[in-house]
Amino acid sequence: MTEALLSVRDLVHEFRTNTGVVHAVSGVSFDVRPGETLGIVGETGSGKSTLARSVLQAPRPTSGEVTFRGTDLTTLRGARLLAARRHLQMVFQDPFGSLDPKWAVRDLVEEPLIAYKTGSKNERRERVDEVLELVGLDPASHGRRRPRELSGGQAQRVAIARAIALNPALIICDEAVSSLDVLIQAQVLNLFERLRAELGLSYLFIAHDLALVKQVSDRVAVMYLGRLCEAGPGDSVYTEPLHPYTRALLDSVPSTDNPTKRAPATISGEPPSPVDPPSGCRFRTRCPRAQEVCAAEQPPMRELAAGHTVACHFPLASQSAARTTARSDKKIGETP
Amino acid sequence: MTEPLLQVEDLRVAFPDRGRELHAVDGVSYCVYAGQTLAVVGESGSGKTVSSRAVMGLLPPAAVITGSARFQGIQLIGLTDDQLRAHRGADVAMVFQDPSRSLNPTMRIGSQIAEAVRAHQRVAKSQAGQRAVELLRLVRMPLPERRCTEYPHQLSGGMRQRVMIAIALACRPKLLIADEATTALDVTTQAQIMELLLELQAELGMALMLISHDLGLAASYADEVIVMYAGRIVEQAPATRLFSQVRMPYTQALLEAIPRLERPAHSPLPVVGGRPPDLSALPAGCSFAPRCRHAAADCRASEPPLAEHEPGHRWACWHPVGRGGSRGMGRPGQEGSAA
Repeated sequence: MTEALLSVRDLVHEFRTNTGVVHAVSGVSFDVRPGETLGIVGETGSGKSTLARSVLQAPRPTSGEVTFRGTDLTTLRGARLLAARRHLQMVFQDPFGSLDPKWAVRDLVEEPLIAYKTGSKNERRERVDEVLELVGLDPASHGRRRPRELSGGQAQRVAIARAIALNPALIICDEAVSSLDVLIQAQVLNLFERLRAELGLSYLFIAHDLALVKQVSDRVAVMYLGRLCEAGPGDSVYTEPLHPYTRALLDSVPSTDNPTKRAPATISGEPPSPVDPPSGCRFRTRCPRAQEVCAAEQPPMRELAAGHTVACHFPLASQSAARTTARSDKKIGETP
Repeated sequence: MTEPLLQVEDLRVAFPDRGRELHAVDGVSYCVYAGQTLAVVGESGSGKTVSSRAVMGLLPPAAVITGSARFQGIQLIGLTDDQLRAHRGADVAMVFQDPSRSLNPTMRIGSQIAEAVRAHQRVAKSQAGQRAVELLRLVRMPLPERRCTEYPHQLSGGMRQRVMIAIALACRPKLLIADEATTALDVTTQAQIMELLLELQAELGMALMLISHDLGLAASYADEVIVMYAGRIVEQAPATRLFSQVRMPYTQALLEAIPRLERPAHSPLPVVGGRPPDLSALPAGCSFAPRCRHAAADCRASEPPLAEHEPGHRWACWHPVGRGGSRGMGRPGQEGSAA
């Protein structure tokens, strides 16, 4: 199997606040392979946005390794980190928040090229035209506009154009389409897919919407209170979830396919504070299957079906899991 | 048929905007019945929020409102703010998207609920405080006595929304309007709040109006669904019918564009080009025609009326989809148009 493009190991990110230490990310490991989209699903406070920034080293994680194209970013400083990050870009939720309102679209897209001293003025101009066309904007008419003269969908396209201008290998999308209306969201999702095929991009696609993540992802990881609880191929995670939390999430999604289905509130209560997370399994305080051992021991990630891992002492029965007799303690995405 | 609780007829709302008129709501008629859950769905700018705020008298003074909105026979449009205050809260209450902006950050939860109680009922302070605890218990808030002594920032988003619902229920309204009330919440919390709203609706016999951009939410929780586009109602049907026998191409486009759990990964989403029309210069004919793949000359010439074409199913379209023998809507993805 091919080498991972991005390999994250035991990533920990903690913040000191007045009320104590926030355990935002507590030992997360995963791989993103070239050309692959890894989706990360999590609710508010799961630490998914902190995870995204941590990978970019902005700010730096408390501990752990972030190996991107063979180099551990956590060991790099200054110009060398900047150079490594050139191939690792990010698209945020609010396009207007990430675009300087005083700049014209052309200048916004050219900025990363200037920052990385790429090409001559003419070459940069050509590149700006090229990427604007790639994201479906007209360089002539949209290029001169300011962000406020754009719709939300157009502004997000500009943010994507900025991200792809430097020919990155991996784009981290943090709720990148969550604020868009349905019809525009579909256009931008299709754009992400097209760019992936045309430019051979990989994505780390982070969102709270399960259906959205499924749409674009090859593999999906589910995050709860700073830890991954399950990861695997999208199809198996969604159709045969192994973790009770994933099951609860899936049951909570209202659907147009089955209008009579009333989402049963399968779990009660709300996530505990990341300042004082529960011992053992962090989901145990809301889990219908929790036993004593769940408070005593943190369940290790283990592979129960092909490429499908779960961190649970009492995983849900699954057909493919039942077939797998050998249980091994594997990290997500680790190749056998 | 029983009398409607709220009957809205030909409601129009226009905002002056730099010498032009923005037609945010353009001739909307619907009824809400006691005990019913009605969902109004649409994208940003469809007029779903403006139409409900017009009924409640919650629009800025510059808004020009015409038409009729009768609550139990009483005309609400044209009433002064003072006259409306008698209906707000007691007859119709609203819950909004962002509870942290609706709550006073410097006031304890209990006092805020008690204030809402005393705004409409002559009760002693201590009694209102007692009522606050009861209301928090009604919205299934754990440890209601303790929560009363806390401030909004000490509560999670889901708990703050429960407080907003408690305040909305303080005067036992006959109609509760939830305007994107669960949009900012996580799915698991959303499921809890929606279950709560339906339970309370059954307990109190309220009508519930869900205003949302989320068709899945409407499908799962509403009895009746209204779809709005560019200030007009374009389709209305019982939830079970609308999603299996969609007629209006706009509703169909919305349904197809939503990523859904049942759809295989990486399948291209059928998309509609263009953007909603400028509300100050609506096109002649159907507002969706410029983006519609079924549009013909008649669609651009005259506006299709919203009429009941099949029992209980209204739509405004000259060329409805899915009629004539074939079952339901076309399979999503088959008629995918270019991005």
